[in-house]
Parts: sequence; C-alpha cells; structure tokens
Amino acid sequence: MNALVNFAKIFKFHGGVHPPENKNQSTQLPIGQLPLPDRLVLPLRQHVGNLPKIRVATGDKVLKGQLLAEAEGTVSAALHAPTSGMIMAIEDAVIPHPSGLPDKCIILAPDGNDEWIEHRPLDWHNMERKAVIAELRNSGIVGFGGATFPSHIKLRADGKSGVHTLIINAAECEPYITCDDMLMRERATQIVQGILIAQHLLGAEQAVVGIEDNKPEAAAAMHAAAVGTNIQIKVVPTLYPSGDARRLVYLLTGQEIPHDKRTTEVGLQVFNVATVLALHRYLDHGEPAISRIVSVTGNVGRPQNFEVLFGTPLHLLIQAAGGAKANTTHYIMGGPMMGFKLPDDDVPITKAANCIIASAPDLFEPPPVPMPCIRCARCADACPVSLQPQELYWFAKSDNFEKARDYKLFDCIECGACAYVCPSNIPLVQYYRYAKSEIITADRAKEAADLARQRNEFRLQRIEREKQERAAKHAERAQGAKAEAEKTPAPQANQYAASKLAAPDADAAKKAAIAAAIERAKAAKAAAAQTGETPKNIEPTSSAVKQEIAEIDARRKNVGLEDKQGAASGDAKKVSPEADAEKQAKIAAAIERAKAAKAAAEAAKKEKGE
Amino acid sequence: MLQAPYINSAPSVSTIMLKVLLALVPGIFAYVWVYGGGVLISIALATATALLAEALMLRLRNRPVKPFVTDYSAIITAWLLALAIPPLSPWWLIVVGTLFAIVVAKQLYGGLGYNPFNPAMVGYAVLLISFPALMTKWPAALEIAQTKLSFAEQFRYIFSSVLPGDLKLDAVTSATPLDYLKTQLKLSHEVASISEAPLFGAVGGKGNEYVTAAYLLGGLYLWQQKIISWHLPAAFLGTLTLMSGIFWLVSPAHFASPLLHLFCGASMLGAFFIITDPVSGPTTPNGKLYFAAGVAIITYLIRVYGGYPDGVAFAVIFMNICVPLLDAHTQPRVFGYRQ
Repeated sequence: MNALVNFAKIFKFHGGVHPPENKNQSTQLPIGQLPLPDRLVLPLRQHVGNLPKIRVATGDKVLKGQLLAEAEGTVSAALHAPTSGMIMAIEDAVIPHPSGLPDKCIILAPDGNDEWIEHRPLDWHNMERKAVIAELRNSGIVGFGGATFPSHIKLRADGKSGVHTLIINAAECEPYITCDDMLMRERATQIVQGILIAQHLLGAEQAVVGIEDNKPEAAAAMHAAAVGTNIQIKVVPTLYPSGDARRLVYLLTGQEIPHDKRTTEVGLQVFNVATVLALHRYLDHGEPAISRIVSVTGNVGRPQNFEVLFGTPLHLLIQAAGGAKANTTHYIMGGPMMGFKLPDDDVPITKAANCIIASAPDLFEPPPVPMPCIRCARCADACPVSLQPQELYWFAKSDNFEKARDYKLFDCIECGACAYVCPSNIPLVQYYRYAKSEIITADRAKEAADLARQRNEFRLQRIEREKQERAAKHAERAQGAKAEAEKTPAPQANQYAASKLAAPDADAAKKAAIAAAIERAKAAKAAAAQTGETPKNIEPTSSAVKQEIAEIDARRKNVGLEDKQGAASGDAKKVSPEADAEKQAKIAAAIERAKAAKAAAEAAKKEKGE
Repeated sequence: MLQAPYINSAPSVSTIMLKVLLALVPGIFAYVWVYGGGVLISIALATATALLAEALMLRLRNRPVKPFVTDYSAIITAWLLALAIPPLSPWWLIVVGTLFAIVVAKQLYGGLGYNPFNPAMVGYAVLLISFPALMTKWPAALEIAQTKLSFAEQFRYIFSSVLPGDLKLDAVTSATPLDYLKTQLKLSHEVASISEAPLFGAVGGKGNEYVTAAYLLGGLYLWQQKIISWHLPAAFLGTLTLMSGIFWLVSPAHFASPLLHLFCGASMLGAFFIITDPVSGPTTPNGKLYFAAGVAIITYLIRVYGGYPDGVAFAVIFMNICVPLLDAHTQPRVFGYRQ
C-alpha cells in the first residue's frame, strides 16, 4: 500500500485520441485582466454538493473576499464576494449549466472601490492539519480543473489521509483550453507553494506534476520553480484524455485505480494546478477563491486568457477578447470534446468555467446525419476505459439497460473519444447519458417499490396471523366434517391464502373442490352422451374440453401469479431474508398442493367420466 | 445543451467504402490481364443491379435513398460477388446472385449495419448451391487457354451464351487448381505429380496467382489506411498456413503446400476483403482472431475433405453465426477491473 511510486517510466493507457490542439491561439498574450463589471451574478451552485447557506441579505454592503454563503453539510463549498459592493438581489438567474435552467444567484453591484476584507493568512506550518483543513471549508476552493468538487474534503478532515503520493494534474488534455498552461508559465512559483501545502496537509511523501508534452514552456517554468523541492515534473505524451484523473494516475504510476475505489484508497490524491494555487492564496495570503483563469478562444478577435472574477457576465469577457466574429452562433463552455453550449452570452463565469469557445459553423461543422453503426470498432480502439462503445450504443439504443450495465456503462467517463472517431457520426455520448439516467431513475423507482412491497408483505403477514387465530377457534367445530372430507380427492386449494398451518381452513376449500369435481364430471358425461363416446383426441370443441382448457388456463394463471410473487420476494431479499425464505417455502408448498390437486382431480374425472 | 464532442476525425462511411473499392482495383486489373475483360461486364452488371435493388428496397422500406445508395456499401458487395463467381457466366447469374445478396441478405435484415451475414458470401452460396455446374465453369487463364476469347466474344457469350464458331464451352474453361487437385488426389495421384500440370504456376494457379498477389497488395493498402486491422488477415492467413502446413509436413504426397493454399482460391480475397466486413464480423480484437482462425480452419477442411473445391464462403457464413458468441466471450478487460 505504501510503496512509493517510481516515476521513471510513463505508462500508456489504452485508446485515447489526439485531436488538433488549437492551443496556440490563446497563448500568444499573457493572462489579461478585466475591468470591474457593473454587476456580478453569483450562482450558489458552482460546486458539486449541497447548496451553501446564504449569510447575507439584499441591501447588505460587502467587502471583497467577504463570505456570502457558507458550506452546508459535508460536501459543500463557500461563496465569497469577488469585489466590494452591495447585494442587489437574491433571485433566480440563468446559470452556465447544460440544462440551461435558471438557479438561485446572489446579485452583487460593485461599488468600484474593490476594497478587501482584512487578510488573515494562516500559519499552516505550525497548525494542526485538522485545524487547517477546517479553515479551508470557508475558502470556497473547489477543483478548478472543471470537476468543482470541494477541495477541503479531498484533503481529509480526519488528518489521516493515508496518501503517500500527491499527483498534480496539469495535463490539460482538451483542445483549445490553455488556462492551466498560462497559469504555470506565469505563476509557477505560487503553484509550487500550493503543492507544498497540499503535500503537507495530506502527509504525502512525494508529489509529481503531470504535464502534456505540448506545453514545453509551462513544463520548463515548473521545473525551474520546483528546484530545491522534492516535487517531480513529468511530461506525458499529448493524448486525450490524459487529464482524466484515473488516466493520469496510470500514466504516471502504472496503477489502475480499481473501478470501485477512490484514488485515496490506493494512497494517491489528485489536484489540479489551479486548485493548489488557490490553496496557497488562501492560506498564505488570506484570499478566498473569488476568481479564476479563463481561456477565451475560438471565433473571437484576440483569443487570450483572462483572470476573471466569478459572476462576471460572459459578454464582457468576449468583448475583452476582441469581440466575437460576425458568424458566431453560440458559445461553448469547456473544450470541444466535453464542453456544452451556453444558453446566451449573459451567463456568469463560475468556478467551473475553464474555457469559453466562440463557436461558428466553419469552426465546428454541424454534425451530418448519423449513419447506422457499421461495427468498425474504431470507438473501442479509442476508448480509454477499454469499454466496447459499439455494444453500449446498441444496448442503449434498444433500451437494454441491464446489458448496458453489464458492459460497464457506468465506467464510461463520457470523454467523447468514441464519438470523435465514429465514421457514422453517431452521438454516442448522448446515448450513454440517456442510458445512465434511465438506469438511475429505474433504480430509484425499484428502491421505492421494494420498500412498498416490504410494507405490503408485513401487512399480509399480519392479516394471515389474524386469520389463523380466527381459524383456530373454529377448528374444533370442524372436526366432525373432516373424516368425510378425507375420502374425497385433494382440494382445488386456494393456494394464495392457504398455508400448511391453516388446515381447518382447507375444509371449505375441499367442499368447493368436490362440488367442482362433480360439476366437471357431469359436464363430461353430458358431452360423452352427445358424441356417443368418451371424448379422446378430438377437436377441442366439446364443452367438456373447453371447460378443461379454461380450467387449465385458470390454474396456469394462478401458478403464474405465485411465480411472479416469488420473483418479487427474491428482489426484496436484502430487505428481509427471513420473510423471503418463508414466503418461498409457502409458494413451493402451494405449488405442490396445486399439482396434487390437479392430479387427483384428473383421476377423479377419469373414474367418473369413463 | 449537450452535444459534445463538437469535432470528429473519422473518415465518413462513404470514404471508408470508397477506399475498399480502390483497394480492389489492382486485383481487377490483374484479373482482366489474366482472364480478359469479361469480368468487367460482371462487375458492371452487379453494380447496376446492386444499386437498383438497394434504391428500390430503401424506397419500399421507407428509408432515405440517397445517403444509403451513396455510401458505396452495395457496390462493394457487387464487386466482391462479381470477382467471386466465374466471369464467363450467363448475365442472369450475377444478377440473381446480387439481387439475393442485396435484397435478402442485406435489406431484409435492415440494411447497412444490420446484416448478420456477409451479403456477398450469401449471394455466392446461393448461386453455388442453385447452379453448381455454372459456378464451376472457370475460364482458363489466357496464358494457357487453347482458345483465347476476345472481349467482344466474351461479351457475346455472357449475354447470349453463343461462342464463336463451333467452339464448345470446355475449350475455353478449365478446372481451377483446387478443383483439379481434389479430383486428381481422389484418383490416387500424388501432389508432386499433380502440380506439374500446366494449370499450376509458381505458387498458385497459373495466372491466377497474380490476381491473388494483387489482392494482397490492395489488402496491405487497406491496413496501411487503417480501414482494416491486422487481426483478421493475419489470423486467417496464419491459421491457414499452420493448418495446411501440419498436414503437408505429415504427408506431402497427399496434401498441398501452405503456399498453394494461400495463393489459390479465395484465400487472399477472403483474408483482406471478405472476412474484414465489419458489419457481419466480430468487434473485439480476440474475437477477430478467433473468427478468422475459424474461417481458415473450416475453409481448409472443406477444401480437403468437403464436397466443394473451395470453402471460404461457407466458412464465412458459418463463422458469421458465431459472431455474437465470440463478441460476448472476448470482451477486453475494462480499466480498473481485474480479469
């Protein structure tokens, strides 16, 4: 477990693609600054986890860096004022989310002074780790690579991380995106400070930075900054999606994180470069997360990276990058492989916004009409998880969700490599997302149904118990009729209600069965009289045969019902194993009885009929 | 909105199919050079029939006609079938075969991407079973033919079954090497003496070995272009070599050499153009290896012990049946899972 990793070698993962990088456009200019906007829209949902609890009210004056909302529950992140000003409103506004739906936002009107709160750097070297991590809960720092998972949780508040190796993700494998590249070129020293902090907090013995080989300047800057530390800088080949945490871990260590484990469970933790830099800003300078670097590229006049306050409307950013060219149709947040279309250019920049691409038809051709899958398996060759995308597509398309799950649908990281190489232009990722959401919905429904079934079983058990108690009282009175009943064939039992304990109840059933047998015999006789002989192997037109068929159907139905309930109780196994076993025994008994009854009834019929 | 990825690097389906057609061109050239231009008539007939049948079926099935007719997949089926049947056959033979391939084996199963069997091989098998006599009348290579038919004479024969003068069909046809080998072995001749017949060339059938070599060339082009992976041809040719090699080593008098098996019959066409049909083949790397090895083994067994001189078509169809099984049992290990 604690064996340190030898970083001498780079391990190539299966698959991967190398799309045109298109990174040069936005690395020509240094990281730019924006003028202060008139209005900042700060969505509460900028991270993975619970919404933070609002700590300000409309009309409040706030300072730059002041806490606006604090982390609520375990997985949550705080939100701070990116500049000084007044809270104008707390209301729904359109946020940059794939759904395009509005969500709750804090609207801040800057006062133009940009006045900071008092900076409170922490003496983290000499503090208890636990205390530092507790402080980080209010830092607002989340994974700035795009995952936006609250960082303090990844540092493990219990102070027992078990992490021996810290991996810094600087691969930045998606085309067009250069925010981490520029950050490393310009602020490598601060990043190294951040790495040392994360390493200290995790108690990790070593740290390694993975950078794709298309960023030589960044790698050189990091090398220079890391001199005198034990931080290793590793250059990995440019191959999308090397920036995926599990792929990067494999590239650097040769270790496959087991599918059902987190990286920390094998002694590794992965942070993005911008995230560790934010740790440094917070702990050494007392500055919470209020801005990030955003690449603005694509169909704009001057592609460039900017340091952008959270909440800045997108159109200001576009304007700063020389404006969008005339044929721009929309904006994409993220890269061309995994990004999504923004609803308009009013949306605010959030913690997840690493890149904005102005899109035009000549930049990203509208996809042609998909052709059928020709099973060429290029997707399987490209899949970094070694899935069989063509099979998953087939299962998703035919709503064969169980099969999709068997073929490890949920290990799909939705990187889009499969769709990128598909000659038929099938939107594969969308099929997988669809199947995943259908399965999740079905699982939830099943959970609810299991609960309801469990309740119903308890209810039926209670009813039966009460019935048995009632039956016991009548038992003695029924003794007399019993001897007579024993001569007649076994009853057409009411399988569902009867149980082996409910012997007295069988009495009525037996009587019914006798009546039914007599009825059948009469009918058979009548039929025989009509045809003049015993009905045998004739066309199923006689009333006797029809009746028999109807009876068989009825019995089948009865048994089928029992079967279904058997299966259902099997589903509920994890909930109540005892109830299940009991129920199965009952069903087996009921089926046995039904079989016996059938045989006996047939024997009786033969006797009487012939 | 989620539409990512916004970029795509793949050649279109049409481009892939077009490259397959291009890869067949050297083989067709060699074919014309060795046997005369008759095969071009077969190819033209098959192409026209395939496109018409495809368009008609798409119309009947209420599917868009243009994108599917221009994907060129029907033309590949047509060409492969035309190259697989004797070029001196009456015109209706190739038409019937192509119709069956496109209408039944392809479109009735759902068209491009849905056919479980290789359409060209289904068409071939139907013709072989229905018209065995016609399907074994192979023209002799011009090099060794007693009478050489001109293109016009071949043309006239295909459409009217009339040969110039008082020529009999036997004068212009000959047994294929595999056929000849089989009948002669039955007559207790030994391989060494059999292969001294003028029918045999350096490695395969005289003349025909150039055609085979040209297929190999086209196949290597497809591999270089990443249209096909190495698994299928390598496993097919490898297994065929191994299988025939073992028998040949044990008894060289009664079994033909691996070289003969590789360069005779449909070996090369099969290795690079037929078993590489992605739609009816397996998708996993190991599945491809097993599939191709299976085709090779069955082909060899049919050639040596079966009732037909060659067996690629039946072997492919049989292995097509096994594809779902092969795919299901050769799933590669997924990242993060132990085997």
